[in-house]
Amino acid sequence: MSNLKYFTNGLLKENPTFVIVFGTCPTLAITTTAINGIGMGLATTFVMVFSNLFVCMLKNYIPDKVRIAAYIVIIAGFVTVVDMLMKAYTPSVYAALGIFIPLIVVNCIVLGRAEAFAQKNRIWPSILDGLGMGLGFTLAITLIASVREILGNGSFFNVKFVSEDAKTILMFLLPPGAFITYGFMIVIVNRLKKALNV
Amino acid sequence: MEYIIIIISSLFVSNVVLSQFLGICSFLGVSNKISSAIGMGAAVIFVMALANLISYIVQVYVLVPLHIEFMQTVTFILVIAFLVQAVEIILKKVSPPLFQALGIYIPLITTNCAPLGIAILAIQKHYNMMEAVVYGAAMAVGYTLALLLMAGIREQLQLVKVPKAMEGFPLTLVIGGLLAMAFMGFAGIVKS
Repeated sequence: MSNLKYFTNGLLKENPTFVIVFGTCPTLAITTTAINGIGMGLATTFVMVFSNLFVCMLKNYIPDKVRIAAYIVIIAGFVTVVDMLMKAYTPSVYAALGIFIPLIVVNCIVLGRAEAFAQKNRIWPSILDGLGMGLGFTLAITLIASVREILGNGSFFNVKFVSEDAKTILMFLLPPGAFITYGFMIVIVNRLKKALNV
Repeated sequence: MEYIIIIISSLFVSNVVLSQFLGICSFLGVSNKISSAIGMGAAVIFVMALANLISYIVQVYVLVPLHIEFMQTVTFILVIAFLVQAVEIILKKVSPPLFQALGIYIPLITTNCAPLGIAILAIQKHYNMMEAVVYGAAMAVGYTLALLLMAGIREQLQLVKVPKAMEGFPLTLVIGGLLAMAFMGFAGIVKS
């Protein structure tokens, strides 16, 4: 049961998106619909769990000097796996996420957790940390994506709840909306954390 | 003419930071002083032009003939990591003053998504070798432009009182949003 804290750490206390502010590129770029947010989040979670696991298993065999390069190759391998799986099974999400699937390699949160956590801990905590961080990321970007989709397109998970010719706030789907939504979400999370004292 | 269109559209219309969302981490992190923005920008221009050249050669002469295009992500990130190391070593030997100025920014480029993203995009857009290099360099200049604008604004903001919850990242993001809105005014000058 003591391992549970590694899992919840990434969900709330050290949420990668709202607290550490890592992996901002996909957070801003693909959060136009909630489906994209979930797809991107789960793809990143998959990569994080397996890269943490493999870094943890191989840490005694990798020379210290080349460890960053070795970690990047491990991560890139799993990103290629996700890339091919999504191309085959979820072609529409794959097309929407586009270049940001291969770019999971350079998402700092993946390499950051391999270096800061998996390298120093045992296998179970590492897997749980990857899972918690990945799901924390998924939760955060799905939240941002929901706000943008509801305000910008008048729909939620592609279900439209305003009439077809209704005027929505298109700015939220365009690049400026991404920056501003993300900025104010961090403000809200900061205030909530202060109010709840966590 | 081809080249001018590529340059204008990469600098303003599809600016790498403000409309393609690549390299946001360093855009938020290194944009608090104009001098560090210039250093980071120069290092990125150098690496991205070279990265596009080498990744193009690798793609056309190694990956495609061997039918292993699915290895693109792995090989390109290795090319970029290798290049960043090489640039660091060469600069240290050839031009110590320049190394002194850019030194700390060079390792940061490996985890910047702009070089990898632009290298993959150049392949997807079917550019030839020269166009790919120009595209990479122009995108990197666009990155520097956005970084400089942001650094200029943030230097002024240090004199202003900001609500506590807005300090740091949130304020930077909102300003980024306003900059992106300004850059949307360029949309339409180049037919895409």
